[in-house]
Amino acid sequence: MNKKVEAQDKRILVSENVKLGEKTPKGQTVTDPNILFNEVERTPSFLTGSEVIRAAIKRANLDVSVAYPITPQSEAAALIGELYAEGYVREYFRGESEFAVMGQCAGASFGGARVFTTTAGPGTLRAMENFPMWAGSRLPIQVCVTCRGINSPLSIQPDTLEMYYLLETGMLVWHAETAQDLYDWILGGFMVSEQPDVHLPLALCCDGFFVTHTKDTVMLQSDEYCIPAYDPYRSPVPCMDMECPPVRMMRDPFIMKSNYISYMTHASWQQEIHAAVERSRKHTLPIMNGSLIETENLDREILIVASGTAVSQGREAIRLLEEEEGIKVGLVKIKSIRPFPTEEVREATANAKTIFVPEFNVKGWLAREVKAILPNNERVVAGPHVAGGMTMPSEVIVDEIKKSLGIAGPRLESRG
Amino acid sequence: MGEYQVVAGPEAFLPPAAASMGITLPDPGQAHIEGRIVDEDEAYEHAARKMLGAKVPTIFPGPLVLWKWNEKAAKKAQAIRELADSMPARLIPMADYRPKYPKIIPELEINPNHPNLTIWHNKIDVCIFIGVHCHQANLALKIIRGGTDCYTMAMCAQAGHEDACLSFRDISVEKIKKLQTTVERLKKEGVESQALPFTQFRMSRQGRIEG
Repeated sequence: MNKKVEAQDKRILVSENVKLGEKTPKGQTVTDPNILFNEVERTPSFLTGSEVIRAAIKRANLDVSVAYPITPQSEAAALIGELYAEGYVREYFRGESEFAVMGQCAGASFGGARVFTTTAGPGTLRAMENFPMWAGSRLPIQVCVTCRGINSPLSIQPDTLEMYYLLETGMLVWHAETAQDLYDWILGGFMVSEQPDVHLPLALCCDGFFVTHTKDTVMLQSDEYCIPAYDPYRSPVPCMDMECPPVRMMRDPFIMKSNYISYMTHASWQQEIHAAVERSRKHTLPIMNGSLIETENLDREILIVASGTAVSQGREAIRLLEEEEGIKVGLVKIKSIRPFPTEEVREATANAKTIFVPEFNVKGWLAREVKAILPNNERVVAGPHVAGGMTMPSEVIVDEIKKSLGIAGPRLESRG
Repeated sequence: MGEYQVVAGPEAFLPPAAASMGITLPDPGQAHIEGRIVDEDEAYEHAARKMLGAKVPTIFPGPLVLWKWNEKAAKKAQAIRELADSMPARLIPMADYRPKYPKIIPELEINPNHPNLTIWHNKIDVCIFIGVHCHQANLALKIIRGGTDCYTMAMCAQAGHEDACLSFRDISVEKIKKLQTTVERLKKEGVESQALPFTQFRMSRQGRIEG
């Protein structure tokens, strides 16, 4: 049903077993995330997205990270290796392939460790079988997906099609627009995905290169602080136990026993995973400033609904339309794709006559998601789209909106 | 479509997870009754009356309280035993989560993969889950709601269970004792247990202790 959860008084719940104020072996102070995220002073740093991932992991009290090179995440994976050398990450090694990496992450998480890894494009696809396994096993692993092209002929350039494949894996799927989102959500993501009623993996996606390889000003807390350690005693399933599900199922799946109730157990198991995705809503609100979406000027008849860096391009298009044409357009930024902010988007678009969904992929999966939940969905224009590493100049969005209004504009085709 | 309510079944061939129907879990200090968020005190009263009014009230202790993996678990186990005696309610353990083949012994155990067998066999009309890992509890609670008419309750040490008809959260020894106190108060006020007579079986690692 994707019911909206109200944000009032929601705080990040912390395990009673962790000792706040304690020093880690590196001398960092274990800090209540409510204080760390909202009250501790921040100072600006000018960093690439990859450097931001390093900065977040330095404060993440991380047990294990497993690396495997694939552009554009390789630099972030290498920088986490530096943190291991410095003693901020307790275990770090290179896997044999993306499939192996995700299996090794699962092993570490089954054993009760906080685990982080990064992947991209064909790496995500190569590892794919592991993602529903992580979710089905209730492993709160975080993978940062730095999206790029996936198909032949290969492209290392930005493209968000791989996110489409992740949507029904049972993972939480968030889409960062900026390096600041990436930093805040890496730390906050652990706090959400490790809640006992959630306890699911998180695919924290960002647009490769646009976020990972460009510099941006990011507000960071001092690295004298870190978030509390993962508490495996709050897990909704026992830690590694060869006799019990989920591990037992991998060597002796009960679905193999052909009777009605074992099939029903599997069905119930699947439902429970997606129920846990729903439960993450209220825990996500304190991480995402009280809502799974951000909005600007919802009173306008034309809206842009977007996620990732398409939001940034949409924002600039809105400025151009207003300054140059006097056309006023509003904006809805979708931060969480799973769970999807159904009620929030319905409310935000209730008065819109036309809704544009610009995307960096060839199929327009976000437009499909939006169309699926809105009444009068003929209002939704699935586009503009670019793919394969193309940029999406704001003028392309401007042009699309002007065309829908019957306003002739300069032809942009020659810019390709 | 009206608001979804988490009530006793049998609900459907494959009932939905309550969370997918918009039911949210209580925050600390709260509980839920049939999906409605309430103050915890209201839930103690409701749970005590439900257990006292049942013909076969049963507590299903799970591995987190059946095994002495820390001192707190042992204290909880003692408190659960006293709670059961105060009602009185049967105790049927969920010792672990292994799928049991070819079959379980439903008068002695409950298994999260086919919990309805134990409910049906013993004609259990009201039950409490306690000390069961959250994922396994939700599986079992949903299967029970799907195929039986048992009213389910959960005393969860973590965030609670929306797939139960009633759920507490953050359960501690003190909270178990508070439910016992509520039961004893209601009995003093004249609420009589409707439980059918029974003899609680005893178990060792080898199985049932006869006699």
